[in-house]
Amino acid sequence: MKFKDHHIISMTSFSRDMIDHILQTAEKMEEIARGKRRSDLLKGKILGVLFFEPSTRTRMSFETAMLRLGGDVLNLGSVDASSIAKGETLADTIRVIDGYADSIVLRHPKEGAAHLAAEFSSVPILNAGDGAGHHPTQTLLDLYTIKRESHLDGLKIALAGDLKYGRTVHSLCYALSHYGADIKLISPDELRMPKEIINDLKSRGVHVTETDAIDPAINDVDVLYMTRIQKERFPDPAEYQKVANKLMISVETLENVKPELKIMHPLPRVNEIKPEVDATPHACYFKQAFYGVPVRMALLALVLGVIE
Amino acid sequence: MSEEGIHKELRVRRIQNGTVIDHIESGQALNVLKILGIPDSSQDVVSVLLNSHGKYGHKDVVKIESRELKAMEVDRIALIAPNATINIIRNYDVSQKKKVHIPEFVEGIVKCINPNCISNSNEPMTSKFNVASGNEKLVLRCSYCGRVISENIGEHLL
Repeated sequence: MKFKDHHIISMTSFSRDMIDHILQTAEKMEEIARGKRRSDLLKGKILGVLFFEPSTRTRMSFETAMLRLGGDVLNLGSVDASSIAKGETLADTIRVIDGYADSIVLRHPKEGAAHLAAEFSSVPILNAGDGAGHHPTQTLLDLYTIKRESHLDGLKIALAGDLKYGRTVHSLCYALSHYGADIKLISPDELRMPKEIINDLKSRGVHVTETDAIDPAINDVDVLYMTRIQKERFPDPAEYQKVANKLMISVETLENVKPELKIMHPLPRVNEIKPEVDATPHACYFKQAFYGVPVRMALLALVLGVIE
Repeated sequence: MSEEGIHKELRVRRIQNGTVIDHIESGQALNVLKILGIPDSSQDVVSVLLNSHGKYGHKDVVKIESRELKAMEVDRIALIAPNATINIIRNYDVSQKKKVHIPEFVEGIVKCINPNCISNSNEPMTSKFNVASGNEKLVLRCSYCGRVISENIGEHLL
């Protein structure tokens, strides 16, 4: 399968075969990602890191991925100190970095920014989030986590929290439709998943059900994917507190779940998962954050054409 | 000439050479001119007939003298006037009559309705949309952000 020079813009352009190939490649990278084995696969290659918005995990895991494979990173640094502050367009910035780097990872506040960057770049663009648009590497690492910690085929998954605005959960649901998942959506009325997405998923053969309560919905699932509910979505702070409390995971809420249940979260969490859950075998979110490294290593090695 | 004939003559003068766009959805004639870039792109005389009585109810008609519209230009009109017919006039006769075709892709005609779309910034780019038609309704999907326009397309022309 040829990924060389492909831009990674959105999950919509990935077939199941392509996803499976990336996940298999990531698995081979895991030892290197853990630092147990050295690699010079990307020696002499430079990754341009352009983050127009703050990020911890995504930026650092891309940089780690590049460094673990023997490559180098070139960071734009603070936007305030760069030409962008002088009014340079994204198109011009991309054309300049294109001359310095072999691949560019981009996070930008505007939807469609990665698509535009791809039009102006001769090197592969990796979209690390464009506004409320796409974040394909997050979806791939979520799939990889499910594959490693549970199973993708015949998966029963519950997604809880802000399902209205959360691009992560929308994208994950679409990706899971390749594997015929059974999806339970748990959210307060104000933050339900948009109807058109649910209809779309059903038309792709996904079994979708909706509820507003964690219990008993999570008792028969393999994976619980939690997301953060943002305070600013609620005009009334008391209403926010009520909703947040209802969707909080504690050791008590997990009393009747399957022993093999895995809990995922894209992080950062606020108080939707109590710290006491971290010590249970269900907690999977820190592993999930680590899995971003082998997945991004696989993507970099594939688009840079050092492996097929 | 009868009185009725004089009225007809005053309302819609026949043109010797050029293009007549007929069966435009009532109220869309000015948007058709906008899509064709008239008057900026043309020095020729253009007549516009609004709310004319046609066989199927009210319609608008646009006549452009001395200019034969190209297929590409014509298809752009389909976004707002999918039932329009194009008559190429040569020496007062209709030499060609054709329907508009709905294009699969349009560039630089419509503005994305998502204020946070990169196409609504100062980047050196033109807007791009994939066009889908079904149930006699057109749906435009922004190639950049994916936002869909399905209502009142004429209100979002660039």
